[in-house]
Amino acid sequence: MLHTVNKSPFEKSALASCLKHATAGSAILLIEDGVYGALDKTSFSDQVRAVMPTCGVYALGPDLDARGMSGRVMDGVKVVGYDGFVDLVAEHPNVQAWL
Amino acid sequence: MKFGIMVNEGPYQHQASDTAYQFAKAALAKGHEIFRVFFYHDGVNNATRLTIPPQDDRHIVNRWSELAQEHNLDLVVCVAAAQRRGLLDENEASRNGKDANNIAPGFRISGLGQLVEAGIQADRLVVFGD
Amino acid sequence: MTEEHEMEGEGGVIKKFMFVNRKAPYGTIYALESLEVVLISAAFDQDVSLMFLDDGVYEIVKGQDTKGIEVKNFSPTYRALEMYDIEKLFVSKESLEERSLTEDDLLVDVEVLDHTQVAELMAAQDVVLSF
Repeated sequence: MLHTVNKSPFEKSALASCLKHATAGSAILLIEDGVYGALDKTSFSDQVRAVMPTCGVYALGPDLDARGMSGRVMDGVKVVGYDGFVDLVAEHPNVQAWL
Repeated sequence: MKFGIMVNEGPYQHQASDTAYQFAKAALAKGHEIFRVFFYHDGVNNATRLTIPPQDDRHIVNRWSELAQEHNLDLVVCVAAAQRRGLLDENEASRNGKDANNIAPGFRISGLGQLVEAGIQADRLVVFGD
Repeated sequence: MTEEHEMEGEGGVIKKFMFVNRKAPYGTIYALESLEVVLISAAFDQDVSLMFLDDGVYEIVKGQDTKGIEVKNFSPTYRALEMYDIEKLFVSKESLEERSLTEDDLLVDVEVLDHTQVAELMAAQDVVLSF
């Protein structure tokens, strides 16, 4: 399953909930304000890092750039464009938005 | 692949409509088909032709109308959500005794069944919201 | 409503639809308007489940009295779901416990799942609608 998360983990529980419910082999794509969940050295980074062994973690590049955060992405997060977003949706059998 | 897209928030207030639009554009550029874009909750406000956004920023409503025209997209606005929020076409306005309508070109008002149908007919249904 | 002709997907396609509810009622419209989609989906003969997670569990607690806020109380509609053959209602065990709720606090029959079961059920869906 592809999971999309569009809110900051500091604002809403969507990312925390998503991480608890993503099965192995899932992909998590952080978009919009969700890209703050991709950043290194925050109080949330370890929670995201913890799923990396079993889930692919991605962040939408244009959203990182817009927020001036491209230089702070933690290792292991794959940055993709909207075309990559489309590919992720196509590659996974289903998709769920955590709003 | 056939994509269904659901937009749950209005223009400018949330990024949902922007992201959905960029996703739709990217999908079309890759040769995929957009089965339908369904606007629900405040998303129906993406269909008003009365917006006057600042000239130096994107025109969200017109962008959707233009994309729809260029690619023959089906942009559907939920009738119940639209009625709640005062988004009307000519038909809805006259049926409900309203003195004006405000729907933008390229959008049509229809029932929630269109959303369910999109879920059934499309290969993937992607939701953009808050 | 039960008299309406049943619409099937073309070619009799039956997909697993899950409606994920994570938001409390009344503070926003998501709970109400998602329920409206659920009711419409009944006419399409699909395999429909409702998942109540996080604050979504508050949508189905008993004793909602909206007179003071002058907003329509739509919670009785959850009890009407079974009339439309929508009976797969799932609730997150952890979400209940975090909020000191039990099944007895809920106004409909549900199946309580732990987070692993919730995750597996979500992964098995064809279409997931979030509001």
